[in-house]
Amino acid sequence: MRRETRRYAMTVDTRLCVGCKACVLACKAENDVPDGFCRDWIVEEVRGEFPDLLAEIRSERCNHCSESPCVKACPTGASHVNEGGTVLVTHGKCSGCKACIAACPYDARFVHPKGYIDKCTFCLHRVREGLRPACVSVCPTGTLVFGDRNDPESPVARKLGTRKWKVRHPESGARPNLFFLV
Amino acid sequence: MTPTLLETVTTRANPGIDPALHVWGWEITAYLFLGGIVAGIFVLVAGLALASGEGLRSRVLRPMPLVALGLLSAGMLALWLDLAHRLWAWRFYATVRPTSPMSWGAWILVLIYPAGLLFFLGSLDGTGRAALTARAPVPLRRLLARLTEWSDRFRRPVLLVSVAMGAGLGLYTGLLLGTMPSRLLWNSAVLGPLFLASGLSTGAAFLLLFPLDEAERKTLVRWDVLAIAAELVLVALFLVGLATSGEPGRAAAGLLLGGTYTAVFWSLVVVTGLLVPLAMELLESRRHLPFVALTPVLILAGGLALRWVLLVAGQASAFRMLP
Repeated sequence: MRRETRRYAMTVDTRLCVGCKACVLACKAENDVPDGFCRDWIVEEVRGEFPDLLAEIRSERCNHCSESPCVKACPTGASHVNEGGTVLVTHGKCSGCKACIAACPYDARFVHPKGYIDKCTFCLHRVREGLRPACVSVCPTGTLVFGDRNDPESPVARKLGTRKWKVRHPESGARPNLFFLV
Repeated sequence: MTPTLLETVTTRANPGIDPALHVWGWEITAYLFLGGIVAGIFVLVAGLALASGEGLRSRVLRPMPLVALGLLSAGMLALWLDLAHRLWAWRFYATVRPTSPMSWGAWILVLIYPAGLLFFLGSLDGTGRAALTARAPVPLRRLLARLTEWSDRFRRPVLLVSVAMGAGLGLYTGLLLGTMPSRLLWNSAVLGPLFLASGLSTGAAFLLLFPLDEAERKTLVRWDVLAIAAELVLVALFLVGLATSGEPGRAAAGLLLGGTYTAVFWSLVVVTGLLVPLAMELLESRRHLPFVALTPVLILAGGLALRWVLLVAGQASAFRMLP
């Protein structure tokens, strides 16, 4: 078996995001996400004290962590690491115990009405066909960039090499792969 | 100066997840509570049998291992009801996941049944055995006789294994929560011993609800005093450990030290569930006052409140609390 060298990652440019929610709708349409649930979402944060305010808009989703606590917590092996380090849930193995939900530092998972646990898949079914994830493909401002961050030629590696970035809750120790360009 | 966080608005409103995580409800509280009592019964009844050397004096204690297995089954039913994908529950037993405490727990739960059955058979006296054999279906009687013979021959190992299984079950219910680093309040290894101590105390309280031999009752009350004292020390260590750690720990401890769950934790768990029954047990044994059934009832209520508060507050304690 070929040793996995790819590490899929996404960058979110907080200087470009206008919070239009096209990524949220594209995901819902592409992945048939049930009403009332979402696999990706928009966070608007305002910091500071008036009048010195700083606003930040972020498109957030599962961070496909390199040290994913959800995979470690899963008692049945349903939550697993797939190609490119993508964290997926095998529906037929999931008992719906919700240990992974409690283990997730980003609260990115939810119970699908059909009973299994659901979350962002980085649209691996599209990526396998050479397409970009649905959210990335519709983003009108170019905020979202997806790719293999172990490939120095990839757009995502270039962004990470040339821009300042941060991750959410690095103190969780999960080593997330969703990077926010600042 | 770091900027003051003014406002965070999210479009996410996933049921069970937002505004604060609440995916585990009464089922898990009930399971943790019942699991604790079962752990207590196993350790205490096997401990009494080991200490006496000549079998259990109180008649009512002899079927207790079977009662414990009944309570455990009720707890497992609650666990099963909590599953969102119930028909896939068998998946727990299709694998062993060393990194998942829930996987460990699923296997401990299975192993405890045979141990409990041998523990039960060995605890029965001649009359009890005769009654059991008379009630058993004929094809099972030979197996029952064989198992009873084993349980006699290996009485001491069975009792020691029962103590170990009970302790394992009690510890595991706490460790299950303690190994979830993303729930800040549960981020403490003290939760394992705390839930074990609480299990011993609630197990003792459950047994004290029944008419017991005077000497065994006094022993149980003495052990219960020790368990409650240990619980108080562990609660203190739990809070000190969190409050003196980094920002996530401080935020979590804040939920019980001034935050949302402060009143319910200190009033129901610490005062009503620990301090008052401890004082009542000490008064009873030191001043030779008559035993009142209110004491074990308070301990049981306190044990239930401990699990409920820690489960609810723990789920709410997340990295999103931090700026």
